[in-house]
Amino acid sequence: MTVKKQLTIAVSGLNNIDSPGPGIPVIRALKESTIFDVRIIGLSYEALEPGLYMHNLVDKSYQVPFPSAGTDALIERISYIHQCENIAVIIPNFDAELSNFMKLEPRLLAEFGIKMFLPTQDQFDERHKSNLFEFGLKHGIKVPYSKMIFSTAEIPALLNEFSFPIVVKGKFYEAYVAYNIEQIHSYFNKLTSKWGLPIIIQQYVFGSEVNVTALGDGNGNAIGAVPMRKLYITDKGKAWAGISLDDDKLVQIANKLIASSKWRGGMELEFIKNAENEYYLLEINPRFPAWVYLAKGCGQNHPEALVRMALGETITPFKHYEVGKMFIRYSYDLVVDLKEFEQISTMGELS
Amino acid sequence: MKIKKNIAISESGFIFNPTTGDSFSTNPIGFEIIHLLKEDKNKDEIKQTILNRYAVDESTFEKDFYDFSTLLQNSQIAED
Amino acid sequence: MEKLRYERPVVKKLNTGMMNKFGTRTEYNPVTHIDGVSVKGLIEKYGSPLFVISERTIRQTYQDCKRAFTNRYPRVQMAWSYKTNYINAVCNVFHQEGSWAEVVSGFEYNKALQNGVPGNKIIFNGPDKTDNDLKLAIDHNSLIHIDHLDELYRLMEITKEVNKRPRVAIRVNMDTGVYPMWDRFGFNYETGQAWDAINKIILNDQMDLVGLHCHIGTFMLTANAYAIAASKLADLAYHIHAKFNKKISYIDLGGGFASKNTLRGSYLQGNVSSPSFDDYAEAICSALLNAEYSKQELPLLILETGRALIDDAGSLCGTVLANKRLSDGRRATIMDFGVNILFTSFWYEHKLSPAQEFSHYTEDGVVYGPLCMNIDVIRENITLPPMKKGDNVVVHSVGAYNMTQWMQFIAMRPNVVMIDMDSKVHLIRNKETLEYINNIEEMPAYLKEFNLS
Repeated sequence: MTVKKQLTIAVSGLNNIDSPGPGIPVIRALKESTIFDVRIIGLSYEALEPGLYMHNLVDKSYQVPFPSAGTDALIERISYIHQCENIAVIIPNFDAELSNFMKLEPRLLAEFGIKMFLPTQDQFDERHKSNLFEFGLKHGIKVPYSKMIFSTAEIPALLNEFSFPIVVKGKFYEAYVAYNIEQIHSYFNKLTSKWGLPIIIQQYVFGSEVNVTALGDGNGNAIGAVPMRKLYITDKGKAWAGISLDDDKLVQIANKLIASSKWRGGMELEFIKNAENEYYLLEINPRFPAWVYLAKGCGQNHPEALVRMALGETITPFKHYEVGKMFIRYSYDLVVDLKEFEQISTMGELS
Repeated sequence: MKIKKNIAISESGFIFNPTTGDSFSTNPIGFEIIHLLKEDKNKDEIKQTILNRYAVDESTFEKDFYDFSTLLQNSQIAED
Repeated sequence: MEKLRYERPVVKKLNTGMMNKFGTRTEYNPVTHIDGVSVKGLIEKYGSPLFVISERTIRQTYQDCKRAFTNRYPRVQMAWSYKTNYINAVCNVFHQEGSWAEVVSGFEYNKALQNGVPGNKIIFNGPDKTDNDLKLAIDHNSLIHIDHLDELYRLMEITKEVNKRPRVAIRVNMDTGVYPMWDRFGFNYETGQAWDAINKIILNDQMDLVGLHCHIGTFMLTANAYAIAASKLADLAYHIHAKFNKKISYIDLGGGFASKNTLRGSYLQGNVSSPSFDDYAEAICSALLNAEYSKQELPLLILETGRALIDDAGSLCGTVLANKRLSDGRRATIMDFGVNILFTSFWYEHKLSPAQEFSHYTEDGVVYGPLCMNIDVIRENITLPPMKKGDNVVVHSVGAYNMTQWMQFIAMRPNVVMIDMDSKVHLIRNKETLEYINNIEEMPAYLKEFNLS
């Protein structure tokens, strides 16, 4: 038996709650690596992130400053954690923290030798909701027709270009389906007061939602891609259960998108497949999804592959995955001593 | 003013109120004052102890102590 | 025995819904010195509040910016935007670095002249130029940037009177895909207004159209908008050449680069979301290099960057006046500086550092200024270590617009000092006095006396 390489990896997104972050699934995939023997350092923002208390998965945890505190506060904290733990690789899993980590990627490597495998700023920017339509045009992927509006004065003219139902989306989060002009007005006001301008107007596409978790090597090669359809969703629209699909066309679209954008790192692609079997790209999440452990279950360990690439290895793409594997999410009540909560809240560390 | 009987406070400044389930954290000087209150020291004794130990003038500490006491009561850590 | 350092006792609820934001650590480090000079020492000598300008930071930032552009484009000229900070010492640091002057009023124009800027190195922008201003600018051979048709016609008349050919540019506004579109200044590109003005200037043949100017907005968070502006202006210049065989010698892209400050309501800190000088330079220079110029014909690129060059160089040192507990339990800290001198608090979540050591305990609270006015809020939400009356703070990145938009309201404006390259401190603007204010007031004789006894 070969000896597995020992490696310390810091992972964020330990909020394994009803709308889970990808941290714990990523950690599970890493713990089951056949190449690495990993020590996991959890990076948490809140003292109640369940992952903090899952000691079989997370070996030691540290609080990190909220993304809004900026890069200086973050690198100072990482520097301290690195002194204690000698981190080899960091895998950030929160959308909101990615900007900070992308900014810091060269410094973390130069100053501490810490490696990451993140998309570039340009890739990150061009897949933003507001830019997705142009992204689709550029890379030859169908995206539901959409446009940005800045004022309610622009709403009447929309009917020249769109037909109901119309999706009204906030700049960062939230979307509503409008069936008449009045609804567009009211969602416009609702969303601008929360997320600011612009508002994205998108043509609604009828069909079923299919998702892909994928991994790009930064040179245009798709290292892996596993398509999945949600079988059941929670009232928050999150997957409750899903199943891996035999869908070559979808995998090819993912490969094409990665080839053309030279995507670096993990990603989730959300599509709608309409009655004519056409795929429309709805969203690109610039990180692994919370269901990434399904890819491991299907034979593609994406987090492990990402770590290998972060370490500088060139790897051959996965060719196969098992079709018809299901994931079913469940919740589980950890019983925790107050002492542990005290430790993470007052000391910012928990082992 | 008295610290409620069942309030637990640890060396790290972590305070837990088992009646309400709330937890708090306090800084070292707050920790010290809560301990003095637990030992049933009155306001003047506490003031004297702090003034002897810390570089602070009387009026500053009086203002801060007043504010801190209000906080402790509002947080249901202490009662009259 | 020496007594222990005192800190106000605090107790903070550990919020189990949303955990305390920073663990037990804070985002702050004490800032006890600026460029090697003690903050406490500065306040002792020059009073509180006090604006402090770092000459080292100005020069460093200027050189970083200049280099970002000259590395990519052969002909670059900076012009210091007076309105951003027109304290003469500040202007002269920029002029020593090679900046021309960019002014938007007769007052600023004369300031630049008196600072010794040659008239032909002054760019005169803005919608408000009086007849006298225009005559003065023509006389000094300055670059006059025409803002509207009324100004163009008036300039034609004055040109006849004085019998000189002024050097002019027109300001062009355009759609660069950003919102809001600044279409209130200059002539619109898409509707043909710009061409109309160009035709009038060239056919009238009383002035030399030497440049094209635009200024697409302020605190621009996308560098790409500049690429669009640059290529539209380059295209306009190309077609002027094709139509009239007239070479446009410069393209002025104005200002608007974001500084590292954090805009109110934005989630990420400014140093993460703001593009760098390299980002802006890459967008602008590649757009110009891709335009239809031969290498010898490339126009001079003028930049009127203000905010991004001076913001970080300015700090405001102040003092805690009082602490309060608000009715909702939040801590309120009252400072001796308010929105009267820190106007930019309306736009930014200014970063604020204590100027003395503190422990890692923090409290959530609000920071107010000293004015007896409800709008006087410096930070609506901030996590700060406990500070007591008399403690000092440093507000960072306040160099842009504050020392020009400040108000003499309720209190008078404070001293401004500059720390030079050798960490020597120079007073560059005296604090205002009652005499200074009263000097310009007049009292009608019948109001001189009253009797309250």
